[in-house]
Amino acid sequence: MSGSAKAALVAEGLRKTYGSETALDGFDLVVPEGTVCALLGPNGAGKTTAVRILSTLLKPDGGRALVAGHDVTREAAEVRRNIGVTGQYPAVEEILTGRENLEMWGRLYHVGRREAQRRTEELLEQFDLTEAADKRLKHYSGGMRRRLDLAAGFFTVPKVLFLDEPTTGLDPRNRNEVWKMVRSMVEQGTTVLLTTQYLEEADRLADQISVIDAGRGVVEGTPETLKSLVGGDRIVVTLAGTADLAAAAAQVARFTGTEPEVDAEARRIDAPVRDRVGDLVEIVQMLRGQGHGVVDVSLRRPTLDDVFLHATNRAGRRKEPVG
Amino acid sequence: MMAVLGRARWAVTDGWVVGRANMINWRRNPGLIFYCMMFPIMTVVFGYVFGSAMSVAGGGDYREFLMPGLFGQAMMFGVVTSMLAVTSAVSRGVTDRFRSMPMAQSGVALGRSFADMFSSLIELTILLGCGLLVGWRWHEGPGKALAALGLLLLWRYSLIWVGIYLGLLLPPEAAGAAYVPLLPLTMLANTFVSPEKMPGWLGAIAEWNPLSSTVSACRELFGNPGVTGGSWVAEHAIELAVAWPVLLLVLFVPLSVRRYRTLSR
Repeated sequence: MSGSAKAALVAEGLRKTYGSETALDGFDLVVPEGTVCALLGPNGAGKTTAVRILSTLLKPDGGRALVAGHDVTREAAEVRRNIGVTGQYPAVEEILTGRENLEMWGRLYHVGRREAQRRTEELLEQFDLTEAADKRLKHYSGGMRRRLDLAAGFFTVPKVLFLDEPTTGLDPRNRNEVWKMVRSMVEQGTTVLLTTQYLEEADRLADQISVIDAGRGVVEGTPETLKSLVGGDRIVVTLAGTADLAAAAAQVARFTGTEPEVDAEARRIDAPVRDRVGDLVEIVQMLRGQGHGVVDVSLRRPTLDDVFLHATNRAGRRKEPVG
Repeated sequence: MMAVLGRARWAVTDGWVVGRANMINWRRNPGLIFYCMMFPIMTVVFGYVFGSAMSVAGGGDYREFLMPGLFGQAMMFGVVTSMLAVTSAVSRGVTDRFRSMPMAQSGVALGRSFADMFSSLIELTILLGCGLLVGWRWHEGPGKALAALGLLLLWRYSLIWVGIYLGLLLPPEAAGAAYVPLLPLTMLANTFVSPEKMPGWLGAIAEWNPLSSTVSACRELFGNPGVTGGSWVAEHAIELAVAWPVLLLVLFVPLSVRRYRTLSR
């Protein structure tokens, strides 16, 4: 396959429908070797379907995909030799201990009993499970299960690792732990494709983000490029009362030339600015001059939330601009 | 040829690895044994309650007649055990992990069948003990008795594969409700009553129920009452007790493996 010698993963025009529902509608993706790519999108956007096709669990209705250089439909067995998969729910056997789980998965990778045992000890260490190794899974916390699940997916140091919402349902401390683990896997040369609903996760882990909505990629790039897509810095002004919020927003709109986003409950007006400090001073002076009570003002860089809202700009999903 | 042999070897090895993990259930879940004893204990009660009230076609003791029927029925109920185990593994995502691995694609189903066979052995042993307690005996020597047990286990093994297939096909709720259609299926046979004592059309259906062949063959081999000739099915009970399970295996092993490979939810 020319032009993608350095790509660990290539998807071209993947399509999948379930009855009348279109889950994937011409999905494209290229992930270079040794990088982390995040598929970002709302529930039902097609993220999981994409991962299931790429990890040979599901057949696409159209398009094609190469993982580690092998076609996912025609060379599924070859693909399976090169991937690790961690689903949305930890896929581990409840009745077994952590160590037994890993040894079993290892044996099924056909590495031999002794190698399975050796690697198991290594993984228990790496994923910080040595102490709990001989406890049965029912005594594991959610974070421990997740780590064991990751360890199982990482048994053979796969070329490509799929993580479907790896931190959904975890508390911040465990989420940080998982992020740390994922980074250590990437350091060992694994390419990671992860799906997430958390912008922070994509921002923290990914070299490349693909925002997916209604079954197709809507925008793609590094976290930085994506942020620059939605424009530069923004000013956030909080007023004392709600009565004059609309009037103040109209003032700001006239000044910046674009409709600001207004959060009535928080009494906040959020608008793009070109000259950070200059615009801030002028807007505040203007508002106070008109008799609006300004209680707080701040500048912020755009977040992936902004990217997400712009990219998936569908009816009802966007914060309504005041009109 | 070597490649095929190599594949078969991995299928069995992987099946063993998966099956052994499932068998650990028995050691760690002593409650399971208790659960498994419930049915045999019910059986003993059954034998006593109905023992005196029922008469057997061709004469003989009802308890002696009933036990092979209950053995066959218990083996048939195993279909639900397998279904539940499979649907639960699928819904927990464990099956997906197996499917994304470079292991033998038939290994998971094979492992399930090994583990369930192991459970069946335990269950059948308990049942035999209970049968002996209520006065059931074999009369044709240990050789034929073992042959009968072999037929029961063959019957069970074929149904494990039916259960695996249905478990891969149906959602967990449906698997849980499987007893509802299964119970009449196990009764519409020669389990409790000889088909000759049923209305003609019902008797014909009961006679052709594959369960009836296994039960008849067992009665014959154990030397228990209720073996009545006449119809072609009844005359060929032992042959059919082999043929039906083999037919089920020929159908459901490939179906299950294929279904497993193309599983997508």
